[in-house]
Amino acid sequence: MKRYEIKFEEILISILCDLLSDDNHVAVGAASPIPGAAALLAKEEQKQIRKKLRVTILHSLRFNNFTDGARELFDCAAQGRIDTFFLGGVQIDHEANINLVGTGKYPRLDKRFSGSFGSALMYYVIPKVILFREEHSPRTLVKKVDFISAPGISDKNLYRPGGPKYLLTNKALFSFNKRNRRFCLEQIAPGLNQYDIKKQTGFEYDINNQINNFALPSKSRLDILRKIIAPMVSEFYPHFAKKIWFS
Amino acid sequence: MLPFEKMSVNEIVSEVHDGALLGVPADYSGVPMSFTKELIKKKIKNLKLYCLPLTTIQGDMLIGSGCVAEIEAAAVSLGEFGQAPRFQDAVINQKIKVRDSTCPALHAQLQATEKSVPFMPLRGIIGSDLLKYRDDWKVIENPMKNSGKVGEEVILLPAVQLDVLVFHATKADKNGNIQIGRRRELATLAHASKKVFVTVEEFTDEDFFQSEVHASASLPALYVDGIAESANGAWPCGLTEKYSPDFDELKTYSLAARNQSSFDSYMKGFLNAENLQAAQ
Repeated sequence: MKRYEIKFEEILISILCDLLSDDNHVAVGAASPIPGAAALLAKEEQKQIRKKLRVTILHSLRFNNFTDGARELFDCAAQGRIDTFFLGGVQIDHEANINLVGTGKYPRLDKRFSGSFGSALMYYVIPKVILFREEHSPRTLVKKVDFISAPGISDKNLYRPGGPKYLLTNKALFSFNKRNRRFCLEQIAPGLNQYDIKKQTGFEYDINNQINNFALPSKSRLDILRKIIAPMVSEFYPHFAKKIWFS
Repeated sequence: MLPFEKMSVNEIVSEVHDGALLGVPADYSGVPMSFTKELIKKKIKNLKLYCLPLTTIQGDMLIGSGCVAEIEAAAVSLGEFGQAPRFQDAVINQKIKVRDSTCPALHAQLQATEKSVPFMPLRGIIGSDLLKYRDDWKVIENPMKNSGKVGEEVILLPAVQLDVLVFHATKADKNGNIQIGRRRELATLAHASKKVFVTVEEFTDEDFFQSEVHASASLPALYVDGIAESANGAWPCGLTEKYSPDFDELKTYSLAARNQSSFDSYMKGFLNAENLQAAQ
């Protein structure tokens, strides 16, 4: 890899990193190498301006802050000690409902995926949930999900301090507005325009009147990412790190 | 006489009966693969798997081998190697029943059994489709006046007791205490299980209770019904601080499992292989 030839994954890491700058504690769950790298990058940048960001990465020994077993993540989140978490989705719909279970009419599914993981609690109790789903297409961003693993919005009689704040795909960054129950397009990947996004999105959304392209990581950010963060990511996502940085 | 029951892996297998509710640890907490191999050889049937909270190759192999009737889990996948193909196939073709859950609910149901109370309340879940398909879960209005939100709906989850739990660990001390490190969910599983068997890399002459640091990282022998030695017993999964997952083997499996016939031929080799992975 040439030194300043930027990989697309590095752009996504950089965008996620920007969303974490005000946090105290970011947690990263299963199968999340890009969010994991973004959280560690944010932590390192915060450290350089003498701010402290705690990062918990479940699939790591070194960056897992828990000692009380796998339930501690959920207890810790319910106690309000985690500001930000990442969730994915086989499908995500206009009200930010997420489906991690499968497509078709449950339980007779056409295609089965892994399952809901911890989403049915984490989505409710963590104030800033960032939805991250690389594939941006009418089959992933749908009008209505086939199965709700966790709802984007809840009735008032439920305890729901948490919920969706952003959705990042390989084509766009959206924010989520809880009041009008809609996503709002904020940023677009380089080389694409609003029409491309509209064509590839299965639901309706608002559009920010100041739309930007994905910001590229600065040279100093790339240096930190490649020199300091990449070796850390190797510990818990060796295949991802090898593919992006060490091949 | 030993202060604990020393067994062989096959003797542990003979303690697991058709139709048993079997505790299954996640890929990070000591997957008992040498045990699973012998269990498949025994052609066990109608197992109900209770995953805390997920399973990878262990569950997929048992399902592909026709050993499973039912699975309760928050996720079944092959981690970095993608979806679990035999699980997917069994769900689509309705060969197994899935009780779809979420991680904290799987923990809470066992915690209820730990405390010997009939149920455990939990927040979240309400409004998800998980609840629609779980007639064993109930929604109530918070009955407390000064705790929680007035009028708040919460969910009650039944206590679940496992018939048998088997996991793999690094070592057992001379009194049969098991080193589990910070994988405390293994203790939760053990507390909530009628029978607990452990395979270990080695037996040692140590006494973990001589040191507070070691004692607090142990599962006390009082919860353990039998221990078998099995070097590389988690292979091809990893074991914390002993060896990494065998990524080549896991990848080979993930490709072979894509259809039943290549899975079957993979399993022929697997069931006859020694646990050859060199400790790293």
